[in-house]
Amino acid sequence: MALDKNGIAQRIAQELQDGYYVNLGIGIPTLVANYIPNEIAVEFQSENGVLGMGPFPFEGEEDADIINAGKQTITTLDGASFFDSATSFAMIRGKHVDLTILGAMEVSQTGDIANWKIPGKMVKGMGGAMDLVASAENIIVAMMHTNRAGVSKLLKKCNLPLTGVGCVKKIITELAVMDIGPTGFILRETAPGVSIDEIIKATAGDLHIAEDVHEMSF
Amino acid sequence: MINKTVSTVSEALEGVQNGMTLMLGGFGLCGIPEKAIAELVRIQVTNLTCISNNAGVDTFGLGLLLQQKQIKKMIASYVGENAEFERQMLSGEMDVELIPQGTLAERARAAQAGFPAFYTPAGYGTEVAEGKEVREFNGKMHVLEQAFDADFAFIKAWKGDEAGNLIFKGTARNFNPNMCGAAKITVVEVEELVSAGSLDPNQIHVPGIFVQRIFEGTDYEKRIEQRTVRSKT
Repeated sequence: MALDKNGIAQRIAQELQDGYYVNLGIGIPTLVANYIPNEIAVEFQSENGVLGMGPFPFEGEEDADIINAGKQTITTLDGASFFDSATSFAMIRGKHVDLTILGAMEVSQTGDIANWKIPGKMVKGMGGAMDLVASAENIIVAMMHTNRAGVSKLLKKCNLPLTGVGCVKKIITELAVMDIGPTGFILRETAPGVSIDEIIKATAGDLHIAEDVHEMSF
Repeated sequence: MINKTVSTVSEALEGVQNGMTLMLGGFGLCGIPEKAIAELVRIQVTNLTCISNNAGVDTFGLGLLLQQKQIKKMIASYVGENAEFERQMLSGEMDVELIPQGTLAERARAAQAGFPAFYTPAGYGTEVAEGKEVREFNGKMHVLEQAFDADFAFIKAWKGDEAGNLIFKGTARNFNPNMCGAAKITVVEVEELVSAGSLDPNQIHVPGIFVQRIFEGTDYEKRIEQRTVRSKT
């Protein structure tokens, strides 16, 4: 069966490594913080200027001066720090942040990503996404395989205005774990009970099946 | 000690005129110069170009200037959460330039630090890079971005002293320190203005040299955009 959003987050959490500084985007990526393995230490960076982000505050303890990039009230953990926006993007551009996890509207088989604009429909802006995808060495896209109309979001070429070019390395959806290879998507893992055929049908771009393709384990 | 204090918000905004370019600190509604925005609304200056990460919400922050159609052009990185903004943008009443958030911060910092321009990888291969000079460094393509050129910067800090030295709190820091000294005149509002010598020089986030005018604001609303909490049980 296909994973739900929490399942996607749980599978992504397996990619975290001890000592990682991680930037989480809005949506499914935010849920990854709920599944950090106990035996590793990671710190979450929010580009509005905090490292060492903690959970939401208890009711009544929220502080308007302490928010994340989604403008949600948050707390900080021991060892946290605050900094200005230029310093925050120095961490990102300077490759000090180890892993970026973000959502996407479309991803192409060459690693292009589109997630900031639908011409004539939705123009909210790119926020920090263009800086993040242009600089991060390690980008995981967390998204649904198809849109609400059932159309694949994994394409040969993106139709929407791009956020970044050739930057995505790994995509984790409700159906599969895929890498970007030299000639298309590479299917590495299937969600529990999901067939390879199902994934091929939901993928509009070229999809190669890895020799050691296997089911995700949790 | 060079004293930077002014006693009222109207004195702090002296010289603001129609058609000027203004920079405003803040991320969402966090760390925005509430008192300066209220005064801009009161004096009804128009045709403004505003540089700020966001455009507020319909009833607060820069949204208040939008309601009165005081903004001619907005330079921002993210403008969701604001219906009036979207309406003015789609109808063409207001010009909007969306730029990457790190580029926005760095264009302010470059202006502060005296760099005319810099190369960044952000936006290469996207519509953000259209018409801009691009160049390869170490096998990677970069876009040339220019420092901002603004008339006024409006800043919100937590504490400040008479000399203009500033301390920020939490994530209300955001773009504020980068915009200090990045415009011809930097105007700072603080929640607590203290005498020179009261702040530990070791703890200063922005030295007073970047500040021209400082005043204390009262009754900060500090509206929360997304109140997220967990229950104790």
